[in-house]
Amino acid sequence: MKKTISVLVENHPGVLARISGLFSARGFNIDSLAVGETEDPTVSRMTIVAEGDERTLEQIKKQLNKLIDVITVTDLTQTKFIDRELILIKVGVASSKDRAQIIEIAGTMRANVADLGIHTITIEAVGETSRIDKLIELLRQFGIKEIVRTGKIAMESESKEKPKTTKEEEE
Amino acid sequence: MTTKMNGAKILIESLKKEGVGAVFGYPGGQALPLFDALYHSDLKFYLVRHEQGAAHAADGYARVTGKPGVCIATSGPGATNLVTGIATAYMDSIPMVAITGQVKTFMIGNDAFQEADMIGITRPITKHNYLVKDVKDLARTVKEAFHIASTGRPGPVLIDLPSDVQLAETEFHYPEKVNIRGYKPTYCGHPGQIKRAVKMIAESKRPVIYAGGGVILSGAAKELKELAEKINSPVTMTLLGLGSFPGNHELSLGMLGMHGTGYANHAVQNCDLLIAIGARFDDRVTGKIDEFAPHAKIIHIDIDPSAISKSVPVDVPIVGDVKCVLDEFLKIVHRPHDKEWTEKILEWKQKHPLHYNTDDKLRPQYVIQQICEATKGDAIIATDVGQHQMWTAQWYNFMRPREFLSSGGLGTMGYGLPAGIGAKVGKPGSEVFVISGDGSIQMNIQELATAVVNKIDVKIAILNNSCLGMVRQWQELFYGKRYSHTKLENPDFVKIAEAYGAVGMRIGKKEDVRSAIEKAMRIKNVVVMDFIVEPEENVYPMVPAGKRLDDMIGSVA
Repeated sequence: MKKTISVLVENHPGVLARISGLFSARGFNIDSLAVGETEDPTVSRMTIVAEGDERTLEQIKKQLNKLIDVITVTDLTQTKFIDRELILIKVGVASSKDRAQIIEIAGTMRANVADLGIHTITIEAVGETSRIDKLIELLRQFGIKEIVRTGKIAMESESKEKPKTTKEEEE
Repeated sequence: MTTKMNGAKILIESLKKEGVGAVFGYPGGQALPLFDALYHSDLKFYLVRHEQGAAHAADGYARVTGKPGVCIATSGPGATNLVTGIATAYMDSIPMVAITGQVKTFMIGNDAFQEADMIGITRPITKHNYLVKDVKDLARTVKEAFHIASTGRPGPVLIDLPSDVQLAETEFHYPEKVNIRGYKPTYCGHPGQIKRAVKMIAESKRPVIYAGGGVILSGAAKELKELAEKINSPVTMTLLGLGSFPGNHELSLGMLGMHGTGYANHAVQNCDLLIAIGARFDDRVTGKIDEFAPHAKIIHIDIDPSAISKSVPVDVPIVGDVKCVLDEFLKIVHRPHDKEWTEKILEWKQKHPLHYNTDDKLRPQYVIQQICEATKGDAIIATDVGQHQMWTAQWYNFMRPREFLSSGGLGTMGYGLPAGIGAKVGKPGSEVFVISGDGSIQMNIQELATAVVNKIDVKIAILNNSCLGMVRQWQELFYGKRYSHTKLENPDFVKIAEAYGAVGMRIGKKEDVRSAIEKAMRIKNVVVMDFIVEPEENVYPMVPAGKRLDDMIGSVA
């Protein structure tokens, strides 16, 4: 299963290496990792998507919590959350018919044309991972030259249920 | 008004504020300002002969005193030489603060002379590490380092200090408190979980307490004894747990695991409740993991949440400091004493005792028994790694915590002598024996100079079988006696001892063992005893790797 984990960390150099080192040292694979400053400039938020069985993921959370530079760990999968990802897709254009179709698909999928060339079109889209994946699928027939995606960022949505955050101890 | 100080002075003053009694280290180019500050300081400094020795000495000091050990090395090779010692401390959760010189801040990343990325290198083997780039952060960093090293699950912390920061000046204020928002260890166990555990104990018919190094780190030996007696439960210990419960107590089962006692392993495999206290279910303890303690419910007390259910699923996890949790237990715990289980244990003890051939030959186990008897068990024992280490665990009767020093997790050959030196510095009034092998002792034999020069009169017993005994044993049992590179041609250890200014003795006969040990104890100098023991002696019983705990070879059936 895939889990989306939101981690608040101290915003200093080397923290990303500690987190990624933790994953690699224990043989855990990271699907995606997005990081940026929060409303508090001394704190960064990392959104990590990782795959593994329940026990592996439980161990990942515990190991993350152990790092001194980690302030809180929230397992968003246990709650309601919104997530977004940004993607750039460069698609080959063989004919003007292709061009029209690509632009039409982009429009239908609420994606934008980011760059228009003679031989390629670059589409940009923001959305949930499922919609991004759908867009890739639709554009695949034209010949995808290059894909760049940011990885997921996520935020818990307003709800009564609080997800289990942090370094407070589970029983 | 406070006067300004340079970073080197600030570091030394900060160590003093932390009550550091001894520092082990070795100088070098990028640590020159630090050593200049040491020159003007009354801080007790011990010059080792190799940085690895400094890290192990700091570790030994920490294990006997309970206070963080401190070691200092220069940048590059000096710092990388600390690595094995830091990793050793990390695996055994030993509090340590390692300080390394670093090239000047503006040179970092330039492949400067004697530059090594110590933050990168030590990231996976430290609890935390710091590169101090601004002298204003230094005092706070030292305060945090000591706090992190010694609280929660202890461990080593490294401070990498560029030489320009050592020279930069600022006002010195040592912070009173630390506040690290991402680091708040849990000390008190969850009351609900404690109640569940206590209920489980009350209902159990065949409990076994499995005590690890955490009991010693937490200072909970007294509480452990009270608990065991109150619920009448036998206690088995991990290698690092030895001494947490008196070895001669009727409830003691000695060590469990690969080279544990037959009765400990049988007790674990047949118990209906396993109470794991400050232990982490290491593979050398559990044997085949799916068949470990198959009939038991498991209670696990540990300060590190990530240690819980890591390898063995646990029924009642209790995250907290062992001492705090046991104090809570003792208020409410009870269990009707029934004889059936204790009688069964006694039966196993009689049926599967530890044993070795007591003929006229000089057997290594005998030497350890004699050290135990000659010192009346009132000594600190530091070992290296291999057969002699396991024999020490089996045949020396450890009665108190903090008297057995051994590299359990990492299994570092070369640990014993420097750790023994650190122990003697920490507890100068105690008799310190280093029990080593002819392979291990040569991995840090240069530290004889440190011991002799500083009059740290440790007694070193080399159980010399002219081979790497433990590897040879595995080759004999599992590799068709193909003794690939395990035969050692050794130097003359007596002459080596004498060359360093220590006293050397060679003992080849069983009848001379006791008198040699007693003589060594009377000599006010470092003594090296070269015991020429039976070369093909094996450590038994043995649970082959990946086998069930009660699937032992070499046990009396």
